[in-house]
Amino acid sequence: MRTPHPELSPNLRTRRRRVLPGFGLTLGTTLLFLSLIVLLPLSAAFIRTAGLSWEEFWGHVSSPRVVASYRLTFGAALAAAAANAFFGVIVAWVLVRYEFPGRKIVDALVDLPFALPTAVAGIALTALYAPTGWIGGLLEPLGIKVAYTPLGIWVALTFIGLPFVVRTVQPVLEELEPELEEAAATLGATRTQTLRRVVLPALLPATCTGFTLALARGIGEYGSVVFISGNMPLRTEITPLLIVTKLEQYDYAGATALAVVMLVVSFALLFGVQLLQRWFFSPERHGR
Amino acid sequence: MSIEVRHAWKRFGTFTALAGVNLSVPSGRLTALLGPSGSGKTTLLRIIAGLESPDATSDPDSGKVLFHGEDVSNVPAGRRGVGFVFQHYALFRHLTVFENIAFGLSVRPRRDRPTTRQIADRVNELLDLIQLSGLGGRYPDQLSGGQRQRVALARALAVQPRVLLLDEPFGALDARVRKDLRRWLRTLHERLHVTTVFVTHDQEEALELADEVVVMNQARVEQVGPPQEVYDRPASPFVIEFLGNVNRLERGRTAAKSVLYVRPHDIDIRREFAGEHAVPARVLHVFSAGNYGRVSLSRGDTGDTIEAEVPRQQLRELNLRDGDRVNLVFRHVRLFPAEGFREEDLPSEPSASRDAGSGI
Amino acid sequence: MSGTASTLVHVAQPHRRRTLADPPWLKRTLLVVAIGFVALFLVIPLGAVFVEALRGGFRLYWAALTEPDALAAVRLTLLAAAIAVPCNVVFGLAAAWTIAKFDFRGKSVLTTLIDLPFAVSPVIAGLVYVLMFGAQGWMGEWLADRDLRIIFATPGIVLATVFVTFPLVARELIPLMQAQGRDEELAALTLGAGGWKTFWRVTLPNAKWGLFYGVVLCNARAMGEFGAVSVVSGHIRGETNTIPLHVEILYNEYQTQAAFAVASLLTLLALLTMLLKSLIEWRHRRALLAAAHAETRTFAS
Repeated sequence: MRTPHPELSPNLRTRRRRVLPGFGLTLGTTLLFLSLIVLLPLSAAFIRTAGLSWEEFWGHVSSPRVVASYRLTFGAALAAAAANAFFGVIVAWVLVRYEFPGRKIVDALVDLPFALPTAVAGIALTALYAPTGWIGGLLEPLGIKVAYTPLGIWVALTFIGLPFVVRTVQPVLEELEPELEEAAATLGATRTQTLRRVVLPALLPATCTGFTLALARGIGEYGSVVFISGNMPLRTEITPLLIVTKLEQYDYAGATALAVVMLVVSFALLFGVQLLQRWFFSPERHGR
Repeated sequence: MSIEVRHAWKRFGTFTALAGVNLSVPSGRLTALLGPSGSGKTTLLRIIAGLESPDATSDPDSGKVLFHGEDVSNVPAGRRGVGFVFQHYALFRHLTVFENIAFGLSVRPRRDRPTTRQIADRVNELLDLIQLSGLGGRYPDQLSGGQRQRVALARALAVQPRVLLLDEPFGALDARVRKDLRRWLRTLHERLHVTTVFVTHDQEEALELADEVVVMNQARVEQVGPPQEVYDRPASPFVIEFLGNVNRLERGRTAAKSVLYVRPHDIDIRREFAGEHAVPARVLHVFSAGNYGRVSLSRGDTGDTIEAEVPRQQLRELNLRDGDRVNLVFRHVRLFPAEGFREEDLPSEPSASRDAGSGI
Repeated sequence: MSGTASTLVHVAQPHRRRTLADPPWLKRTLLVVAIGFVALFLVIPLGAVFVEALRGGFRLYWAALTEPDALAAVRLTLLAAAIAVPCNVVFGLAAAWTIAKFDFRGKSVLTTLIDLPFAVSPVIAGLVYVLMFGAQGWMGEWLADRDLRIIFATPGIVLATVFVTFPLVARELIPLMQAQGRDEELAALTLGAGGWKTFWRVTLPNAKWGLFYGVVLCNARAMGEFGAVSVVSGHIRGETNTIPLHVEILYNEYQTQAAFAVASLLTLLALLTMLLKSLIEWRHRRALLAAAHAETRTFAS
């Protein structure tokens, strides 16, 4: 019955025989679709740019009009993601913890920005915030202009990014053990102390993830912004719009160079989300 | 239908689940694979079923699975003629009980498939057998755990398997249901006589239910035998410790150190002198609830703590108090060489069993 | 990146009763802030669409919808969705089967790559197809020689739509199928079912709600996509205009009421999508509660 120790047994290979069928077929299909639809076209942008000299590339991506568009795009996206992080946590909290009439409707409504085509959102927001619109008309006497200013872009991006934080925080909040809060209460913490020192830190990872997702979405957003921004070069022209403009002028090299910059930023953000998740859920962090 | 597994290796990453395990299961018997979690028993069962493939080694014979002498190593799970009952049943949640049991028959190629009528008859027969007639229209999530377990069994039996394999069949059930099902499975086996292997970590379950017990530990088989033999003549310290409570005592007086095992119910407590083999001890505490009283004692010479089990009646006659001095007679002990022994050093019949103090 | 964390698996937790209550002032403040925020950013814009659409009366509304260019846009949108959705269903099922039922090296990389289209600006999604198939693109000359048009034509619109909806079905199915494990498939195999039979009779019925959910989301996105389609369409009226592009043209021509009328179609589609989503989640949650209930009965017995 006794056999030699594993170390002594020569030549152990793992025989990869899979019990469930269809691995080759499904993996093949997946890779084929992925390559043809996503990877190959995306690589086209990088390869096209590789044909440019460094000076040409730098010229395309650092002209004053382009730099102004970066500043606006990232600034508005950051501000919108920050607003969503703040309000998103509150909305998620209210949806999970409080019973109130219409809770289910509000919960369903949060998905509206996912479901509503961006062009529709764009014209609706513009109609509302234009000086003649319902809300724009109210703000006009106060000297606040929303449509056709950076503030309008912020409004559109806040709308677009609204679901991200809510939908990442909500499940975490639902699964948060009530014992944590009860323990804090028995240790003499007031309710607000418990919220600030126990609950909010537990929601931080999800909030950061939602923030980054909203930021990434905001940076690339086009449809909802083009209507409300007014598209004035150097003032209210976002980077995706600039790409479209260059394309319409048949400046493929300029459009592609800008696209590469944006792709790098987007991939960095996507990678950042992955790192964030891994860091927050890493065993070392939980060991401490 | 006998089952044989030859020299099976299986590793998952750095974890070794099976280290060259040989197994032979006699035809028509109920065999238990018993061991702690991680001992490789479930992996072995899945290899028999064809749900897992053993690692390849330089030895071409390694990892072979034979059913009645016929090599089925390259036969896929669906054609081996095994009925497999999963630990969490794996009932198809979108199908009714009836459809679940009929599944195996209804997926056969058209030429081998029984008629709808025949399938229905077979399913109803099985529903009778598992005492769930009338619940055929229910869905799995409308059943209790014990009922689901029986449906899973009926589903496996519907295809008339040559071999029935059960992975922790009672693991997910509560204690009372578990006892009932155990008895029911034993009766069922007596009626059907299909070669059955089940995996369990519960020694009581294995000893009570099986004709043959295979004790596994750390990817190896420790001992094979009928329940009585495995319990009375354990082949290794692991087996004796795994199969129920036991006192583990160092035998310090002899030069060659060894370890002595004695089960609590093999200890007699005497107030009077009980021969030179008897061990003096002091009563620490008496627990008298239950059919058996448990006495906790401190050994006079070494101070080791010893647990003894004494029938209620006898305990009353002894009238023990904490601190009383008594003599212990071990009716039955197992001896193993002490710590640091190597497996290779063990003799083929590794233990010396003797009846110490039986002369009294 | 739409649909983050809103998969069926995450909806699983039923609400638990809390013993600790927030002070009333805090509760009131948070409720007001949350509902105010939702109303300002979601409810009012939603209402605005319908108010603007019906501003000129129902007759004008109907006229805007039945105008030939609008009908052509509807037809093209339906066509694009009718091709993109099945493509993504096939891809989604294949990807989910591979990722959820097998272990292999590079699995997490593959999962990340599937999500890639969500990280890409829709404008860039359109641009890369122009670089591939446009007049100056890699295959431009080859296509021109054979008189084939992809960019500024229907195939380009379909490709761009497939790209932006690419991950939607897969990412609904993967977590669901992962949570369901492999045991049922293995059980079907031991009972003699082959691969296809196992898939059709066990895997697919179990994943059907997740699949339906993915299809609903994918369809909504396919019909509503603007940026990517805008880049590859060329905006030829009556030919390469989808509904969202038609809305843009009308709006830029100051036909505001007509623009909102057509936009209201898309808004209704969005509302229908959200309704279906809520129904699926509700059904799913009820099934889970039933299962949990059966579980407690088991322990009580």
